[in-house]
Amino acid sequence: MRTLLLGASLLAASAMGATPAMATDFDVRITNLTHGIYYTPFLVAAHPEGNNLFVTGEPASANLRAMAEGGDIAGLLADVNALGATVNANPAGGLLAPGESTSLTMNTDGTSNDRLSIVAMLLPTNDAFAGLNAIAIPTEPGTYVYNVNAYDAGTEANDELVTGGGAPGAPGIPAAPGGDTGTGGTGAATADTNGDVHIHRGALGDTDLNGGTSDLDSRIHRWLNPVVRVTLTVR
Amino acid sequence: MTYFSKQKKSALLGLSSLFVLAACNSGSDIPVPPPAPPPPPPPSMVGFEVTVSNLTNAQPLSPVAVIAHQEGYAVFQIGSPATAGLELLAEGGDNTDLLAEADADSNAIASASGSDPIGPGNSETIAIEFLEADLSNARLSTSTMLVNTNDAITGINQLSLSGMSVGDVITQRGVAYDAGTEANTERAAHIPGPAGGGEGFNATRDDRADQVTMHIGVISQDDGLLTSDLTDQHRFDNPVIQVRVERTQ
Repeated sequence: MRTLLLGASLLAASAMGATPAMATDFDVRITNLTHGIYYTPFLVAAHPEGNNLFVTGEPASANLRAMAEGGDIAGLLADVNALGATVNANPAGGLLAPGESTSLTMNTDGTSNDRLSIVAMLLPTNDAFAGLNAIAIPTEPGTYVYNVNAYDAGTEANDELVTGGGAPGAPGIPAAPGGDTGTGGTGAATADTNGDVHIHRGALGDTDLNGGTSDLDSRIHRWLNPVVRVTLTVR
Repeated sequence: MTYFSKQKKSALLGLSSLFVLAACNSGSDIPVPPPAPPPPPPPSMVGFEVTVSNLTNAQPLSPVAVIAHQEGYAVFQIGSPATAGLELLAEGGDNTDLLAEADADSNAIASASGSDPIGPGNSETIAIEFLEADLSNARLSTSTMLVNTNDAITGINQLSLSGMSVGDVITQRGVAYDAGTEANTERAAHIPGPAGGGEGFNATRDDRADQVTMHIGVISQDDGLLTSDLTDQHRFDNPVIQVRVERTQ
């Protein structure tokens, strides 16, 4: 009896869902899962199918590079605005600390924005970013969870030196918001062997805060995927 | 909750047998002994088998806590402090207090415990059952410690059971979390598993922040943490477990 009723209500739900073309109203919750990594301002964009902020195995765009190396989302924001995207830039109003979450609401009514992309840079890194890549926004009301991995933009050597270099092409890490990095490192990696966007191999770090190869602390600044969790609640 | 459902059912039975008795009495002056009330039907139960497999190289898992619950209960929240019960599990591999916390939670439905640690490559199947009336809102969470660490845990969280029919199977993989209750010294004295043989639980909370996050992984003496008593053998990557859930009843 219970099964029959459940089946009937599922049918009713899908029949109702078939009339509107797509979900129009949903909440997005972004959680920093990491132990010691901060995120620069997130760019959250619902956009038409067939567009991507990045593609693994291909070089980063100049605007993705600016985000990945320095946390600057202005260029990517212009890109998605040109697509007529539904956008929320910087929902956390600044950095998102380890364990913190930020939430926002989106409404794509009257648009063809049925894909969702979310990006932000990991600090302190050279050019690591978390990326949710053009997932299909579910149309059935409910809660959907996405685990987001860390990518290497492939545009800057992972020297792991906190130099303040955040402009595209400037070497080094722009900032360490946790104030828990070292100084005097000689440089972890000298060049990117893979110049395309790829899953990040992780930070190396060391335990010498006054030298060693890296300014990062291996006990704090490493991570394992996933690094961000995105929860969509479709109404 | 379970108790409440049973009570409600027998109260209804009691009313209907009174009604039958009154109807009989109205037709005759001779007292008729009341018919024995029919035994209440056994409550309809649902059952699940939860099979936890250890995917790691050299991280035994402590006996698994299995908790069926409604929305409103969670083993932990990212960014919030671990409960005392989760701290005991994460630091010492003892699930007793976590299960007691769950049993005391009004949103919990049922709980069960694995009987033994699960070694790398091994698995254990744990049965859990509860009233069918609770199925429509039921979720499943599990938790266990990676014992060759300071306070790493893994499990699945908030898996919905409500749409599962008998014979249905859902398989998920779980990642490693840091309970945030103990600094990751990687010293034998702070690691209860076979790689350390040291102290498990200690009420002092001395991690960088008192909150649950993802785990960064074991560094080990072979990767530059010279004070670590762990080796490269104890390193891990995600996922660290697989959990197979089958509805059997």
